[in-house]
Amino acid sequence: MSTAKDVTDATFADEVLNSSDTIMVDFWAEWCGPCRAVSPILDAIAAEHADKIKIVKLNVDDNPQMAMKYQITSIPAMKVFRGGEVVKTVIGAKPKPAIEADLAEFLA
Amino acid sequence: MRQIIIIGSGPAGYTAAIYAARANLAPLLIASSVEAGGELMKTTEVENYPGFVDGIQGPELMLAMQAQAERFGTEIILDDVVKLELEGDVKRVTLGNGDVHEALAVIFATGSAYRKLGLKDEERMSGHGVSWCATCDGFFFRQKTIAVVGGGDSAMEEATFLTKFADKVYVIHRKDSLRASKTMQDRAFANPKIEFLWNQEVAHIYGDELVTGIGLVDTTDGTERTLDLSGLFIAIGADPRTHLVHGQLDLTDEGTIAVDGRSSRTNIPGVFAAGDVIDPTYRQAVTAAGSGTVAALDAEHYLAALPHDVLARADSQPATV
Repeated sequence: MSTAKDVTDATFADEVLNSSDTIMVDFWAEWCGPCRAVSPILDAIAAEHADKIKIVKLNVDDNPQMAMKYQITSIPAMKVFRGGEVVKTVIGAKPKPAIEADLAEFLA
Repeated sequence: MRQIIIIGSGPAGYTAAIYAARANLAPLLIASSVEAGGELMKTTEVENYPGFVDGIQGPELMLAMQAQAERFGTEIILDDVVKLELEGDVKRVTLGNGDVHEALAVIFATGSAYRKLGLKDEERMSGHGVSWCATCDGFFFRQKTIAVVGGGDSAMEEATFLTKFADKVYVIHRKDSLRASKTMQDRAFANPKIEFLWNQEVAHIYGDELVTGIGLVDTTDGTERTLDLSGLFIAIGADPRTHLVHGQLDLTDEGTIAVDGRSSRTNIPGVFAAGDVIDPTYRQAVTAAGSGTVAALDAEHYLAALPHDVLARADSQPATV
């Protein structure tokens, strides 16, 4: 099981948009195999860079509003938020070094 | 050092691991970091794998194969191979995390990678309406109009699956007949939400943030037309994943790894290949599994014939170098 905290349609504003941290939201679903594959990689990145980035998960089945608002058409989709704005989007399950490269500007 | 390392975790890799493990070769299997289980992890119902009267879910089948390989002592690592050194008695396998593993034999079963259309906006729109995985992304196209490109079994399967969500699914094929199996064709033809567009090739993908349409060209007379839609699923086949062994293993004209006759032997002694990466023709889960069996038996035979001093270098308690 993932160690990332779940956010929902109801908590999204508080936990993500109004947060002062850099937060990556992992849009996922139970039925998505690649989501399950990438989940432990995101956990590892969050653990190794706890001071730089927080990673939370949003289940698109249970939280259709945010999935629609952020125009998700493919999962896993990882969106990095800063000050309420999306500053980076990473799509698809990729190996750890590839995701770290995508997130380099936030992990440095 | 190991006796054997298996690279790949589809039906070929896991079946090779089951056979090698049961032969007490204590195989190490490199399963990849995010694609463990291979292509079947992205499918739903598998109806043609023998032994499952009512069909089985693809991911369930692969997890069962993995468990069966582990039951007999296969060690599985979830990482990607980044470098292979195959010449000589001892083969070296370097992983994404920097670890190097050595073995006397290697079975290469990396399968194939989805083919792309080769269009300018394909990469940019990937994840924004362009997809290679209906089971992953179909959910987001409820009541939408979408298209599947391709004429094979996987295109038919995706189109049929996508009608669960979409209001309308076009199947775009550049010929006027399908290469998909009769069963899959009939199922797609009978589905009222599916419309076939024959002799059409996708030439453009339109849209800024999300796909809004595609441009089609008629392959018979060159007529161009635009189709409004919000999703484009690409299922035009796959290419053997051989980049790790370019310059080391001989390839066939089709791009698959060349093997000796009906065996799995490549041009390098001690290196065997199995599954879709050697198969330009059949590419079924069950043929890949059979091919994995061949590779494990060939590798077992090879190891048994090695001189004692070489064999002695592989411990029974294998470790990372």
